[in-house]
Amino acid sequence: MTTLPATPTNKFSPMLSNLLGNGLVWLGLILIVVLIMFPFWWVIRTALTQPDLVYTNTSDFFPVQTTLLNFERVLGIIDGTDLVGMGIVNPNISTAKLNLWLFMRNSFMFSGLIMLGQTLFSTMAAYAFARLNFPFRDQIFFVYLTGLMVPAIVLFIPNFVFIRQIGLNGTFLGMVAPFFLMTPFTVFFMRQFFLSLNKDLIEAATLDGATRLGIFWRVALPLVQGPILTIAILIFIQSWNEYLWPFLVGRDESIRVLTVALAIFRDQTPQGAPDWAGLMAGTAVAMIPTILIFIFFGRKVVDSIQFSGFK
Amino acid sequence: MIYSKMGTSSSPSILGRLANSEWLVAYLFILPSLIGFVLFYAYPSVRSVFISFTEWNLLSDAEYVGWANYQEIFSDERFWRALQTTVVYVLWNIPLQTILALFMAVVLERFSTVLSTLLRSIMILPWLMPSVIVSLLWLWILDPSLGIANEFLKLFGVPKQYFMGEPQQAIAWIAAINIWRNAGYNAILIFAGLKTIPRSLYEVAEIDGANSWTQFQRITLPLLRPVLTFVLVTTVVGSFQIYDTIAVTTNGGPAGATRVIIFYIIDEVFNRRISMGTATAASVVLFCILVSVTLIQMRFLQANQSDLADYS
Repeated sequence: MTTLPATPTNKFSPMLSNLLGNGLVWLGLILIVVLIMFPFWWVIRTALTQPDLVYTNTSDFFPVQTTLLNFERVLGIIDGTDLVGMGIVNPNISTAKLNLWLFMRNSFMFSGLIMLGQTLFSTMAAYAFARLNFPFRDQIFFVYLTGLMVPAIVLFIPNFVFIRQIGLNGTFLGMVAPFFLMTPFTVFFMRQFFLSLNKDLIEAATLDGATRLGIFWRVALPLVQGPILTIAILIFIQSWNEYLWPFLVGRDESIRVLTVALAIFRDQTPQGAPDWAGLMAGTAVAMIPTILIFIFFGRKVVDSIQFSGFK
Repeated sequence: MIYSKMGTSSSPSILGRLANSEWLVAYLFILPSLIGFVLFYAYPSVRSVFISFTEWNLLSDAEYVGWANYQEIFSDERFWRALQTTVVYVLWNIPLQTILALFMAVVLERFSTVLSTLLRSIMILPWLMPSVIVSLLWLWILDPSLGIANEFLKLFGVPKQYFMGEPQQAIAWIAAINIWRNAGYNAILIFAGLKTIPRSLYEVAEIDGANSWTQFQRITLPLLRPVLTFVLVTTVVGSFQIYDTIAVTTNGGPAGATRVIIFYIIDEVFNRRISMGTATAASVVLFCILVSVTLIQMRFLQANQSDLADYS
């Protein structure tokens, strides 16, 4: 290391490079926050703008003629023809009937079911891998881990064929099936936490005469409540965000999920330009559950990400 | 083990002994996950390879054709173009995203815990959103005629841009959208790695007279190697499989400028025709590419060594 003239150890000394460094950091901070938050605001601003004015007043920072009409349309309360009746006319406003409530419900059921199933069954497996001894334990777990390396498309195509062959194509069950029991990541994640449990507690319970089942249920599980909640949230988020698989298997309107519905809506353009007002209202509605999770569990999610970085 | 013996001797009933048998309980516990793994991970993986050696349109029976599918895709110009588009996308996406994530992580570290926690929560928000949502959001902002991006650029006298409507630029803008979505997430990963570096190293360097940039080069980067490797490997593997964003924004256009490899595979199964053989063959090739790229990356980054060990 080259020897430079000694600088004071205080980070906020008035050296030019430090000042520049700090200024850059603050600038970077502001830029990051603005770049992240502005698009979300823009969605809301557009969704709250009167439908036809979306196409004319394109640079107003605030909603123009603030209205809930877009939300009403997207949730199926009114439809495009009602807008015409109100004198709001624009060739790009779709007259198709939208029903986001249904698609939101489907997304909830899809994500909720997967969350429950995967959390339960993967946690059970993780406990066995972490704290029980049985033949081929480590080999089976290793094979699970190799599943992490396979690209989704390699799995999706045969899974699609399989679901189709057993007659579950276009059914809710078929949509949920590949995710319901496990993913390698979930098993891995929970196993890490079971591994870190204090052995003494478990030995003490064994000495007290608890059965293995009892130990799992009454000792181990309560100790990993935090991670269970975290992985459940992560699973819910991932399922909520899923697109390609539900698109392949769940086109039918009755089981269609939100992501697929919005993608299909984007394609339904009467004249070429998308129905921006409706699309943004739909996007805003679809953002709500994610934002709720973010508000209540954001901290947990962030901490779990930092954990998963260390295998 | 002593414990299992003690356990069985205090639960004489058959049910009690069953509930206590380590093997039985263990296998029962892993059974659901094993079923899930075999049905939806192992079986499809193997099946993909098998199907890739057949010609199959789902309407009639599969017909064994040997390596014909592989020969077909390797001589298909659309396949190579899809691969090329994908590689271009990865090249646009990864370096910029990694540098940005690194920068964000360093920014995060400079702030107090309270502000840092708030910042991290904000940074994670785009990643929490479905990619479909993120894509629609940016589709609107980047719309050439109505989007706010052009309005903003107008203020600086920049002429109207077509962003994703411009064949030459389209894939780069897809990369930009993806960077917006993922940089924060990766920044948090790197931030966790930054925190493992002992402060004392920086203090010693400061006393020796090293400025911030030198410290970053000589201390931070080398000690971040494991985390950076993890980030690079996962982002590269993920980038090769980009689909959702493109499907919702450009749908492969304009003029095929964003037809990445997953598009090619989906086309073989749904759009152009139903050819399970070539589709699975292409996906197997993709798998091989990903494994190779990962191995090369890990070898190049020497992930197994951690310089931290030298200092602790």
